[in-house]
Amino acid sequence: MTTIKPPRARRARKAGRRHPLASVALIAIGLLFTGGAYAAFSTSTAIATTDASSQQTIAQGEKLFAANCATCHGLSAQGSSEGPSLIGVGAASVDFQVGTGRMPMQMQGPQAQKKPVQFTAEQTAALAAYVASLAPGPAIPAAELLDGAGDSANGAELFRINCAMCHNVAGAGGALTEGKFAPAIENVSAQHIYEAMITGPQNMPVFNDMNISPEDKRDIITYLKYVEDNPSPGGLALGSLGPVAEGLFIWIFGLGAIVALTVWITAKSN
Amino acid sequence: MTTLTTRESTEDPAVGVKKSGGFTASAANYIDERTSISGAVKELGRKIFPDHWSFLLGEVALYSFVIILLSGSFLTFFFQASMAEVVYEGSYAPLKGIPMSAAMSSTMDISFDIRGGLLMRQVHHWAALLFVAAIGLHMLRIYFTGAFRKPRELNWVIGFVLFILAMAEGFTGYSLPDDLLSGNGLRIIDGLIKGIPVVGTWVSFLLFGGEFPGTDIVGRLYSLHILLLPAIIVALIAMHLLFVVVHKHTQYPAAGHTNQNVVGYPVLPVYAAKAGGFFFIVFGVVMLIASFFTINPIWNYGPYDPSPVSAGTQPDWYIGFADGAMRLIPTGWEFVWLNHTYSLNILVVLIVVGLFIVTVMIYPFIEAWITGDKREHHVLDRPRNAPTRTAIGAAGVTFYASLWAAASSDIMATHFHLTMEGVIHTLQATTLLGPFLAFLITKRVCLALQKKDREIVLHGYESGRIVRLPGGEFVEVHQPVDEYERWKLVSYSDFKPLMLRPNAQGKIGATEKVRAGLSRWFFEDRITPVTQAELDHAHGDHPAEITDK
Repeated sequence: MTTIKPPRARRARKAGRRHPLASVALIAIGLLFTGGAYAAFSTSTAIATTDASSQQTIAQGEKLFAANCATCHGLSAQGSSEGPSLIGVGAASVDFQVGTGRMPMQMQGPQAQKKPVQFTAEQTAALAAYVASLAPGPAIPAAELLDGAGDSANGAELFRINCAMCHNVAGAGGALTEGKFAPAIENVSAQHIYEAMITGPQNMPVFNDMNISPEDKRDIITYLKYVEDNPSPGGLALGSLGPVAEGLFIWIFGLGAIVALTVWITAKSN
Repeated sequence: MTTLTTRESTEDPAVGVKKSGGFTASAANYIDERTSISGAVKELGRKIFPDHWSFLLGEVALYSFVIILLSGSFLTFFFQASMAEVVYEGSYAPLKGIPMSAAMSSTMDISFDIRGGLLMRQVHHWAALLFVAAIGLHMLRIYFTGAFRKPRELNWVIGFVLFILAMAEGFTGYSLPDDLLSGNGLRIIDGLIKGIPVVGTWVSFLLFGGEFPGTDIVGRLYSLHILLLPAIIVALIAMHLLFVVVHKHTQYPAAGHTNQNVVGYPVLPVYAAKAGGFFFIVFGVVMLIASFFTINPIWNYGPYDPSPVSAGTQPDWYIGFADGAMRLIPTGWEFVWLNHTYSLNILVVLIVVGLFIVTVMIYPFIEAWITGDKREHHVLDRPRNAPTRTAIGAAGVTFYASLWAAASSDIMATHFHLTMEGVIHTLQATTLLGPFLAFLITKRVCLALQKKDREIVLHGYESGRIVRLPGGEFVEVHQPVDEYERWKLVSYSDFKPLMLRPNAQGKIGATEKVRAGLSRWFFEDRITPVTQAELDHAHGDHPAEITDK
């Protein structure tokens, strides 16, 4: 502003106004801001959607819902013969199902399968905000419960007692009836593990806060992250599947190698 | 003779002119003078062993056992076979502060806080899996080549008992760490025992010293695992090997191999060197596997607690067939009578598996009775030349393999995206129908192979060379089989079904009728070996210049 007014100060004008690279710099700054803001926004939505539950976000979620989910879950999420009602399932449930790619479901089957995620974090947050606005339900957990810095020994014990019968002691997954299964928990984010526990997706039971307290859930996540981050002390874990993998290994590779060596030893020299 | 050599060897160093082997010779002489061992060395050193890779499978089992003994002795230095409750304070964070038995805690210490402990544990466990697997393969070789025939029937029984004892060793060892997996395994055994009518509960209480799991079982299994079972196994292995020396080794049919000789190399120096070196090879393979692959990660399983059962809980592979048999039983096989529940789901498994085991154990006697063959056999059968036996073997393998596969029904379901019910029903079908199918197919394949052999002996190999005769006729030149190969193809014994003959009283007993019926079934389809007359005739068939070319 001040630089425009006096025509006298030519030197100052020349120095302050319209450097040849000014427009480039301006565009660069502008892009940086938008990009930075977008990045900050998209990372922050994954953790805290509270600020995203504005009326605008909810409206956006409603639109996404009508376009992608309503076919099975009904236009107002009341459910239909194809899919259950989503009233009261809460933001945590939506974040888990959509955030792991299980929803929208690719095909009807014994249970929804994990697949590449179809929505951006922002869209997922909008969908979650919309479903959460219908009725109160489990919310997306706070970040301090997901840090994986709890008591792994307590978590391991709780995991063995409550989870291992379906998911296997090392979280390698297991079979259920009629083609259903408990998936492997390796490389699942702490947030999704927590949400699975409080919402009970697919065939999983709900472990509410009366059953396993939030601190205990944090411990369970701590244990799972410990197993994930620390390689098996004994060497390759063979999928952590237990004696079946070990038996197959010794028959195919162990005895296979030995038999090859017996053939070598008794081979006639040429 | 000994005195003579003594004088020579004592004189020679004194004279100092001739080197007669130096220290080795005098040391050997010193020992021989005091033990007269040279006779035994001479006898054993000149024993001849035939060379074939499949003859080394038993050796693999023996060497695995030695590895197990060595690594197991190391583990006993640190393992505490006690179920006293302690709080784990070792280095593995996710179990720190958790109460567990001293057995589990000491196994954790072996794994994490004792130098080389985890490696030794893994060597011990991998070698155990290899031990039983090698026995299994060795047994299949013995069966399919007919090596169990007279005079080796008793050695088959000893070997089979060793197989059962190896499984018992394996199972007791699997139960010792007192982790979740071993406790679950013991719970199944407890359930099996309690399923036996009348005595079941009593036996279970006797075994566990009260209600399961109690505080006694680990100590008791430890005594069995490191004392009683290994002692019996060592004694039986000694007998097994003694019989091999007494009977001499069998050999595959080949030129010059007869029932009266053994063609091969002497123990000294050839086999002593080969077998000694082979021990280190087997040890090396086990060490490599144990260094790079985890086995039984008890730190994942945690201490035993009767409430949790992990998904994918299985026994080690050799107990798998029994576990699978229980998974295959349809639901609801039990009834209540006089206020007691009778668990057919358990009894049927015990009876079927028991019968299977006993049948395999006494098979040599069954076959000898059916065939009436009382001759000694030192030349092995090629599997195709005993079609019915080979087919029975294939049926047995199919039955066992179906039960075995059933133990991993849940893993198959998740990894191949199948329903667990589908897997179980399929395996129920293969368990019941598979053996019959395998029997028929194998028998036909054997007969077809025998026909092919016959064809080759009589007419030689098809050379693919077409020759036009002076008369205009086209014929394919057949390459005649050489004499060595022919020996292998024709030298097998021809059996005929037993004739029904009246006994001294002039009667034909019912058992004789059964026996004759079984014998007919055993030998009704057979391809007789080519006789010399047939051979001469076949060669006379063709113009000499063509067959001999």
